[in-house]
Amino acid sequence: MRNLVTGAAVCAVIATVAAAEVVAPTEVVFEDGAVATSLTGTAGDIENGATLMNKGAGNCIACHQVSALSNLPFHGEVGPTLDGVADRWSEAELRGIVANAKMMFDGTMMPSFYKTEGFIRLGDAYTGNAHEGEVAPLLTAQEVEDVVAYLMTLKEE
Amino acid sequence: MAFSAAAGLSGGAFADPDEDQLTINGEIEIVTETAAPEHLEYVDTIYSGWRFRSDETQAVQMDDFDNPGMIFVEAAMETWDTVEGTEGKSCASCHNDVETMAGVRAVYPKYVEAAGEVRTLEHQINGCREERMGAEPYKYTSGDMVAMVGLISMVSRGLPVNVQIDGPAQSTWEKGKEIYYTRYGQLELSCANCHEDNYGNMIRADHLSQGQINGFPTYRLKNTKLNSVHARFKGCVRDTMAHTFKPGGPEFTALELYVASRGNGLSVEGPSVRN
Ligand code: HEC
Ligand code: HEC
Ligand code: HEC
Repeated sequence: MRNLVTGAAVCAVIATVAAAEVVAPTEVVFEDGAVATSLTGTAGDIENGATLMNKGAGNCIACHQVSALSNLPFHGEVGPTLDGVADRWSEAELRGIVANAKMMFDGTMMPSFYKTEGFIRLGDAYTGNAHEGEVAPLLTAQEVEDVVAYLMTLKEE
Repeated sequence: MAFSAAAGLSGGAFADPDEDQLTINGEIEIVTETAAPEHLEYVDTIYSGWRFRSDETQAVQMDDFDNPGMIFVEAAMETWDTVEGTEGKSCASCHNDVETMAGVRAVYPKYVEAAGEVRTLEHQINGCREERMGAEPYKYTSGDMVAMVGLISMVSRGLPVNVQIDGPAQSTWEKGKEIYYTRYGQLELSCANCHEDNYGNMIRADHLSQGQINGFPTYRLKNTKLNSVHARFKGCVRDTMAHTFKPGGPEFTALELYVASRGNGLSVEGPSVRN
């Protein structure tokens, strides 16, 4: 487990060097809960965004129902359906919601996916052990962009 | 843009548990729904976790011949009469028939005068093993321990949970309440987020219950053994990507008292069956 985490941290450092314009989790600027500019300057990958909705650190459908992903089993009911979400919110607002939903919805249950500080008893992933060392956000900057790009496809009008 | 947390969470209390009623062996009536105890601020009605399970899972608990948890309880029945330790005693040497334990499960955790602290059933069992029998303590969440807790629970089935929250227990209860509402881990989720705001809702493939502990220990079809309260707490805290607390330690003991008190009025149900 430790190796995996360290490996990820090293990758993150390399990525930061390669694309200097990546906005660090602590540097994101929220305006009324929205984040106006891309976290990476690289367009989001819609397909990877769809994958993250289901698997890994995103697992958005644990709490949200998404008709476009009805091929996948077990959509949760904790949050609102994301059908037509791009009609309700702008790209900047969706980026803000995914990066840190608590900036848009005070006290929301939705986890903050691009945040590295302020946790209580932070664990080492799902081991139940204490976390040590550098904290990685749940989603990388590019993964946030990928998810936002996918959400932008959820239009009904 | 002025969305409040309540907008997202309001769905919770409207998705109901089912209407089924539980009678075990055709004779032990189990209260699975009743008015919430006065101290609960945000919940009107409390429900046993049994009401949130599928008909198939529910059925397994309705007859002791079908309940696989009873295999472990039978083993504990033998342990009850087995002499262990340097003092040459068994549980039966001092407590006679296990039926003398009727009512005990319902009031634990409780403040124990002699110990000067709130103790769980597990603590009391190990207390007797170490201090009165001269035997090795059980590991807190071990199979032997959870089976013994299962046996002691069984003889209280149908009696109302009634843990004391005031007097000398109050400060521990308040500590437990604080833990219940703290949002732990990288997912920043509290017990209340899932079991108070969202019971009745699906979270991925799981139908969220109120997270009551009147049914413990629970035989889970998932891991085919009896599971203790603190092991379940540990699993739920771990799932928030948090550093968990230690089973048997002061935090989970306080949390157990608080969670038990949220179920005051439901029947003791353990060993129950869950998925
Ligand atoms: C643990 C539950 C949970 C998870 C996991 C979760 N959300 Fe949410 N989400 C919520 C809740 C609850 C709300 C409602 C906001 C509130 O609290 O008022 C919400 C709101 C939203 C909204 C606004 C929807 C609208 O129409 O107003 C979007 C967009 C969203 N979530 C996207 C996501 C994405 C994308 C992911 C995964 C990367 C995700 N959510 C993961 C619980 C969750
Ligand atoms: C040498 C005597 C002795 C033996 C052996 C013994 N106990 Fe006890 N036990 C006591 C006494 C004395 C108490 C405290 C007084 C009381 O509450 O009955 C007690 C209390 C308890 C309690 C708390 C009861 C309550 O009402 O709060 C439990 C549970 C318990 N014992 C279980 C066990 C189990 C299980 C075993 C065997 C593994 C065991 N005891 C063996 C003497 C004994
Ligand atoms: C992310 C959601 C989540 C959080 C946070 C959470 N739980 Fe759970 N819990 C579950 C799920 C899912 C289950 C299995 C379905 C059910 O019984 O609700 C469960 C089951 C339980 C059960 C078993 C209920 C039964 O009838 O067998 C208890 C007890 C419990 N949780 C207590 C807690 C406590 C105490 C906390 C806080 C320390 C907590 N949970 C935090 C999701 C959660």
